[in-house]
Amino acid sequence: MSKKMHIKLNVNGKDEEFLAEPRELLIYTLRERLNITGPHIGCETSHCGACTVTINGKSVKSCTMFVAQADGAAVTTIEGLGDPDNLHPLQEAFKEHHGLQCGYCTPGMITRATKLLEENPNPTEEEIRFGMAGNICRCTGYQNIVKSIQAAASEMNAAKEAAE
Amino acid sequence: MIPAAFEYYRPKDMAGVLAVLEEHGDDARVMAGGHSLIPMMKLRMADVPHLIDLQDVGGMSDIEVGTDMIRLGALVTQADIIDHAELSNAAPILREAALQIADPQVRYMGTVGGNVANGDPGNDMPGLTQCLNAIFTVVGPNGERDIPARAFYEAAYVTAREDEEVLTHVAIPMPNGGYAYEKQKRKIGDYATAAAAVQIVKDGGICVSASIAMTNLSDTPVYSEAAGEALLGTSVDAAALDASVAAMLGDIEPTEDNRGPVAFKNHVAGVILRRAILTAWSRA
Repeated sequence: MSKKMHIKLNVNGKDEEFLAEPRELLIYTLRERLNITGPHIGCETSHCGACTVTINGKSVKSCTMFVAQADGAAVTTIEGLGDPDNLHPLQEAFKEHHGLQCGYCTPGMITRATKLLEENPNPTEEEIRFGMAGNICRCTGYQNIVKSIQAAASEMNAAKEAAE
Repeated sequence: MIPAAFEYYRPKDMAGVLAVLEEHGDDARVMAGGHSLIPMMKLRMADVPHLIDLQDVGGMSDIEVGTDMIRLGALVTQADIIDHAELSNAAPILREAALQIADPQVRYMGTVGGNVANGDPGNDMPGLTQCLNAIFTVVGPNGERDIPARAFYEAAYVTAREDEEVLTHVAIPMPNGGYAYEKQKRKIGDYATAAAAVQIVKDGGICVSASIAMTNLSDTPVYSEAAGEALLGTSVDAAALDASVAAMLGDIEPTEDNRGPVAFKNHVAGVILRRAILTAWSRA
């Protein structure tokens, strides 16, 4: 066992401080240490994207980052996007357009999609499929995920225009 | 999946990095985005008792597009390459290749330096940098030295970089003419079954310069000088294409693995190179 490090993270706007071995993977920090269980463990080999979170503005697979690397970072998970009474437009759209079946991949899907729409607020179907290629779903066949993201994009763009 | 324990270092400058490397020799490894090294550590195929995270070392995240040269810091990510308009304009093959590496999440983390320094035959940037005749700068206890990409790769994971050296920059002569990076892979995120980097200059309908390198078809990337020469002085007609593909097949040494037997890999390599040459020629 290596010596523990003093780690500081900001997760969903809340400061967290704890001691951890540097080898701890961020997904375990979130799920087991901080009880933030939205990000899921699917493959644990950087392929499936179920563990996707946003770290300092980038979509990252949290199974492929040591907690030591994230020291000082701002992390956003699905829990930081909306809550049951106030869903994020992407959460609302996935619900309305059947963008999920079993739901296991959904937190990672939606977290990744927030970043995709931030970078490209008006993506084509092809751009959505390319931009979501790091997230695997074994139920939906992706069609309704694409529809949900398109619907959320329209909704978010309309809300933005109304605000301007 | 829990990797073996390690000591973690996050130095603020290169002197700090080199000090750890000098003290621990090949028990220490540097890491940029970690998307090659961390999976290997999780599988316990890589044992790294002393891990040096480069993220706080300054001066290695810039993209400089000069008149004759492009200079990329080792910590420039694939996403940085894709988003950099001036770079995409100057050397579009870099963006075309970066878009075919892994998936969006991995491209935010994966770096140029990690991709070329790791020495994994499956990585795309070694072949790409060989095609572009890039120069790698490494720094060690005796200062900096430059190593051509075409002389860097010795075997799988074995390169001309010494254990106590760190790759800091990649310099690329400004490319000319038409380009293509073509890659055949089984799925998003997979390494290439075969990939080809081609840069071609056309003058009066005749090929006057051609550079060709192949990925994941030997235990190193393969710069095929003969494949390029086969196109010189031709109008890149069917005979020239056949000659170039035949020359390339003489330079690669694929082995059977879960991407297929040798005959299949040779077949795919030929298809991909043909496609890359035709695309590059049409853009030249």
